[in-house]
Amino acid sequence: MYRYDEFDETIVRERVKEFRGQVERRLSGEITEDQFKPLRLMNGLYLQLHAYMLRVAIPYGTLSSRQMRQLAFIAREYDKGYGHMTTRQNIQYNWPALVDTPAILDALADVEMHAIQTSGNCIRNVTSDQYAGAAEDEVEDPRPWCEIIRQWSSFHPEFSFLPRKFKIAVTASEHDRAAVKVHDIGLRLYKNSEGRTGFEVLVGGGLGRTPYIGHVIRDFLPKEHLLSYLEAILRVYNLLGRRDNAYKARIKIQVNAEGIDAFRGMVEEEWARIKDSGVDLPREEIERIRRYFAPPPFEKLPRESTAFNDAAASDKGFARWARVNTVAHKQPGYAIVNISLKPPGKPPGDISDEQMEAAAHIAERYSFDELRVTHEQNICLPHVKKDDLYAVYQSLQAADLATANIGLASDIIACPGLDYCTLANARSIPIAERIAERFSAAGVEDDIGELKIKISGCINACGHHHVGHIGILGVDKKGEEFYQITLGGSGAEDASIGEIAGRGLSSDEVIDAVERLVDYYRANRQDGERFLDAYRRLGLDRFKEAIYADAQAA
Amino acid sequence: MKVVTANRLQDGAVVYLAPDNSWSERFSGAVLITDAEAQDVISVISGRVREIADAYLIDADASGPVGRETLRETIRSAGPTVRPDLGKQGERA
Repeated sequence: MYRYDEFDETIVRERVKEFRGQVERRLSGEITEDQFKPLRLMNGLYLQLHAYMLRVAIPYGTLSSRQMRQLAFIAREYDKGYGHMTTRQNIQYNWPALVDTPAILDALADVEMHAIQTSGNCIRNVTSDQYAGAAEDEVEDPRPWCEIIRQWSSFHPEFSFLPRKFKIAVTASEHDRAAVKVHDIGLRLYKNSEGRTGFEVLVGGGLGRTPYIGHVIRDFLPKEHLLSYLEAILRVYNLLGRRDNAYKARIKIQVNAEGIDAFRGMVEEEWARIKDSGVDLPREEIERIRRYFAPPPFEKLPRESTAFNDAAASDKGFARWARVNTVAHKQPGYAIVNISLKPPGKPPGDISDEQMEAAAHIAERYSFDELRVTHEQNICLPHVKKDDLYAVYQSLQAADLATANIGLASDIIACPGLDYCTLANARSIPIAERIAERFSAAGVEDDIGELKIKISGCINACGHHHVGHIGILGVDKKGEEFYQITLGGSGAEDASIGEIAGRGLSSDEVIDAVERLVDYYRANRQDGERFLDAYRRLGLDRFKEAIYADAQAA
Repeated sequence: MKVVTANRLQDGAVVYLAPDNSWSERFSGAVLITDAEAQDVISVISGRVREIADAYLIDADASGPVGRETLRETIRSAGPTVRPDLGKQGERA
């Protein structure tokens, strides 16, 4: 794992000191809320419905056990005993007091963490594939590149006041688990036909009120030129992106207004100018950072584990959990373990301090001291011996962390919605809870198979509803909550924006409508067809009929 | 009728302007003001920068928030609907 050097340490400590002074000046009345707001936002501190909210970055989703324990400590000491994992590999605390935030930031700095780049119009916390360094299908670990981007982008003087926020995601696998096509910049490491590894660069993707799938701006970028090429894109955006209207200020608007070819032309021109001017890192520096991400000392093990096979044969619950929640690892004899934070009936992504401690303990003992948080609001243990899976399962069970639903109907992404968020128009969490309970109680999730349901409480789309196989958007109609369904979205390598199915439904109607959609799919699917595949074959009209079959006429 | 609500500066807690000009943590402690006097009250209150982070007016009657923002303001006054143990609703228990 990456460890802070003296520069990282100094910069984070100095920032906490500066913020402590700003908080003191605010509390004394020396500065007003209007003056303080941009300062607190630069430190991840928002004001939500019930209290302040602190958003803490988990760069590229990677955490050590020590860091997870510190997150638990903060939840217990300064919050209400839990944290909330977000769709951008951050953790949010929903109840910190302003007076405590400098101490919280100090506690984070003690474990090389911070809340920088979690708000404001800067390059935000870089996200990545949660299976990085473990995935069977990756060409190399993408995290050294994420770390390089982090170091380059943190407090970048030119890019700290962009027209709007800017999100970069990196993957190195064919199967896209980082949603790179719906980011301002998406980077996909791959091996080209000549056997060279480089980046496919996408630009102008995004969700929110104007969703777009990113365009390929460069189909092959040699790795060593990553920073100069990113700098060229950011410079063109920073100079020419709109600043007159916040809703039109994201790079996706600029790219789609200019057209990708014209935008590419401007970027290439800028890149030609700066490419050899020393922006890119020297090879030895890249190697230095890469060494932090060296694989852990794996044992040489047979592919199959007798202990695992025996346990799976005697414990059906374990066998199902292993089938649903574990994934093949690139190292024989190991597996990737997903920990679901979606027990049906509970807020998606919430984790208690005790569960954080348990996950940290299990990671320390069984996963080389490493955890990952996912953009789907779950956690994973990247490197677990198959021989240890049963012990891990039992430990997770003891901590109420053994829900077996990864990728299934109850593994729902939901934003905090109107239960917490000042921007929301409607609640998201209760809808997620009810849908999850409906499918889980019916025992049909395994039969349904992969189904991505994503729920947002407003058009800002933090719940990624545009890229849900079934997306649900909460809207406000004269003070009442309504929910609009979108269908056929995907945030994976087959990315697409969902199509709006029709008029909004009440909170009761939408639960039934989702169930009817799934019933329709089960009745009409072909062999091996996922919900999304069946939707793409059969089309919107057929599924739309299912939604409105029993709902009241418009 | 209107009520002045805000988030307390120190901890962000939801508060309401009370009849004695202090802040009440409960909606039941709020003072109802007429629409006519509302603008004057809020402009004075907004100057109390050491006490609150943000202050605004909501439509209300003696029973609680009313009008278009009823749901949002009811959630603010009680706590998250998905965690009855948290927020003011939890403190009552």
